[in-house]
Amino acid sequence: MQQLNLLLTSLPDGILLGFVYGLAAMGLTLIWGVMNVINLSHGPIIALGMFGTFFLVSKAGLNPYFGLIPIAIVGLLLGILIYVVAVHRVINAPHLSSLLATFAVNMIIIGLGTAALTTSPYNVDFTAGSFKLGSTTLLGTRLIAGLVAMLFTGGLYLFLYRTRPGKYIRAVANNRSAAELMGIPSTRILALSFGLGTMLAAVSGALIATFFPFNILSGGGYELKSFVIGVLGGLGNPIGALFGGLILGILEGIIPAFLEASWVPVIEFALFVVILLVRPSGLFGAKQ
Amino acid sequence: MKRSLFNVFTVLVLFGMILSACAPAAEPTEAPAPAEPQATEAPSEEGPAATEAPVMEEKTITIGFTSSLTGAQEVSSKRQVAGFNLWMNQVNDAGGIKLSDGTVVKFAAHTYDDESSKERVQELYTRLITEDNADYLISPYSSGLAAAASIIAEQNGKIMITAGAAEDDAYKTGNTSLFQLYTPGSQYLLSTVDMLKTLDPEAKVAIVHENDKFSTSVMEGLKPYLESQGFEVVLEEGYATETNDFGPVINKLVESGATVLLGGGHYPDGSTFARQLYERKAGLKFVSLLVAPADSKFPELGDAALGISTSSQWELAATHTAEEAAALGKTWYGPTGEEFASAYEAASGDKPTYHVAGGYMTGLVLQKAIEDADSVDPEKVKAALEAMDIFTFYGGIKFDTSADAHGLQVGHQMVVAQWQKDDAGALVRKVIWPADVANAEPLYPIPAP
Repeated sequence: MQQLNLLLTSLPDGILLGFVYGLAAMGLTLIWGVMNVINLSHGPIIALGMFGTFFLVSKAGLNPYFGLIPIAIVGLLLGILIYVVAVHRVINAPHLSSLLATFAVNMIIIGLGTAALTTSPYNVDFTAGSFKLGSTTLLGTRLIAGLVAMLFTGGLYLFLYRTRPGKYIRAVANNRSAAELMGIPSTRILALSFGLGTMLAAVSGALIATFFPFNILSGGGYELKSFVIGVLGGLGNPIGALFGGLILGILEGIIPAFLEASWVPVIEFALFVVILLVRPSGLFGAKQ
Repeated sequence: MKRSLFNVFTVLVLFGMILSACAPAAEPTEAPAPAEPQATEAPSEEGPAATEAPVMEEKTITIGFTSSLTGAQEVSSKRQVAGFNLWMNQVNDAGGIKLSDGTVVKFAAHTYDDESSKERVQELYTRLITEDNADYLISPYSSGLAAAASIIAEQNGKIMITAGAAEDDAYKTGNTSLFQLYTPGSQYLLSTVDMLKTLDPEAKVAIVHENDKFSTSVMEGLKPYLESQGFEVVLEEGYATETNDFGPVINKLVESGATVLLGGGHYPDGSTFARQLYERKAGLKFVSLLVAPADSKFPELGDAALGISTSSQWELAATHTAEEAAALGKTWYGPTGEEFASAYEAASGDKPTYHVAGGYMTGLVLQKAIEDADSVDPEKVKAALEAMDIFTFYGGIKFDTSADAHGLQVGHQMVVAQWQKDDAGALVRKVIWPADVANAEPLYPIPAP
């Protein structure tokens, strides 16, 4: 009975966190889905989003949720820049080339970030209150983060299915050569896709910073989670990533009810291997 | 093609230059010259060799160590190094240590960034010994890293003075080259339990700690002691070092009915844990966390820091004195706590924490051993360390010399400190136990958020 109660108290937290994880993973899986590039700079960009919130709140006195707008814009532009500088020339090369190119970007950001910001933990001095839901205490920051993540997911869905650039992205993801024959400017669409993926990573980092401490290395953990979520939801399937994120968040919420908290990563990554073995296209189907 | 490559290169260089320009100046790892030089004279009965010798030979001793400029141990490691640098600058500026044969011993540090990684530690300590010819070693910060370094030190027969390495096991594996300055981990929280016994003998205790060598060794010593004192342990839980989300653990804690939490690990997880306990209104009467609350960054948590306690190796408010040494019949050595603190504040602009004091003491203990040995010969210095039984501002220093636990610290006691508010409402760390050195009453229970 006590464990059931514990499970119920931990579930809402897990769900809210899962939405944010899903948002982060969506960025990774969008890039993979459109251009078959594993973006290893995903983690540091999440960390840059965290620092974006930190500086906008602590230096500019901005509300962190208003700060999401400039962070999203900078994230989009940074992604386009990374694509143009590091990815575009290796987009048709074997996967290892793009993997190494994004790994190089990862190392550049981490190196410069460590020099400029050290690896000491940072906290965003912001609270959105808390309230009781049954016997659990829900934090306002997590609730808002969950809602914002859902909004971004909805926005991405509408963008991909209801706008011309979104349809171009889906067309390029489906068959780049055919899309080019139809007059779709594939290079610009690839750059836009990379920018969108980076924007989602930066926004998820900005949201995470409102409730967890961070440093320039913190993105690595969320990048790994994004891989697990990507595989759970189906690589290349952005909406599947949201559900993958929810599953991971719920697992993180309920595992400590039955086992020591240190078992969480063990079970997460065991699940990763099992899904790869049993259903490599993910629970919700990978990109066709 | 060539033009495009050039453009790419130009953008990368410009990007790098812009970010580099945004970087603050490098952290000062070398403390500036101290305010007051320390007494470093060799024993006077040997004669004034330093002034009478026609030619004074100067000998520079290289002290090797790694520090965590990056990674999980960065905060405390930098403080430890700052303390060591303060000592080294003081002794060098005072003219070094003068031996009876006319030799003047000065010190130089050789150091690398270990990135808080055990693999890096082993590689770098090997390099320090074999390529950089370090004469003596100081441990890296944290028990895990120090244990990794101790293997290399022992293999090469190099004396290593450890600070920030409280875990007991490294001294119980037959090592003979390690000398520990911290109170061993197994005794870390015992004084906190003694205090709880007077405050609330009916308290229900939860033990929630980082799963690392140090924290685990603390908890292994804690649980039997709690039970021997009649406390009920209602929850015992470990968490991974990189844990950010303590929500599920806090839910478990609340469900267990615990009124007191003893646990934590290091700075990053401890500060996060404290913040989330506050945000989630965990409603505990008393919280003691390892390491994090002892750091001067901790009040950045604001009201979440209020009432959080820690076991501390040293606090300025309860610094040890020459009178205390005399009462105990011990030999007093080194500066007073106030002299040490003012020199550190002058050098860094910050108040010293116990990690700074620990770093300073690594040098001071080595200095005392060299003076006692009247030599820099490692065997003589080692014998001096084994015979050492002194009292300093940091407390007693005496090493176990038995084969079972060689080098384990047996002379040093800890205090319990708690973050409270002063009359102006500012957070200050007060010493609350032992009662005879306390400068404040324990805040019990902690005010509800």
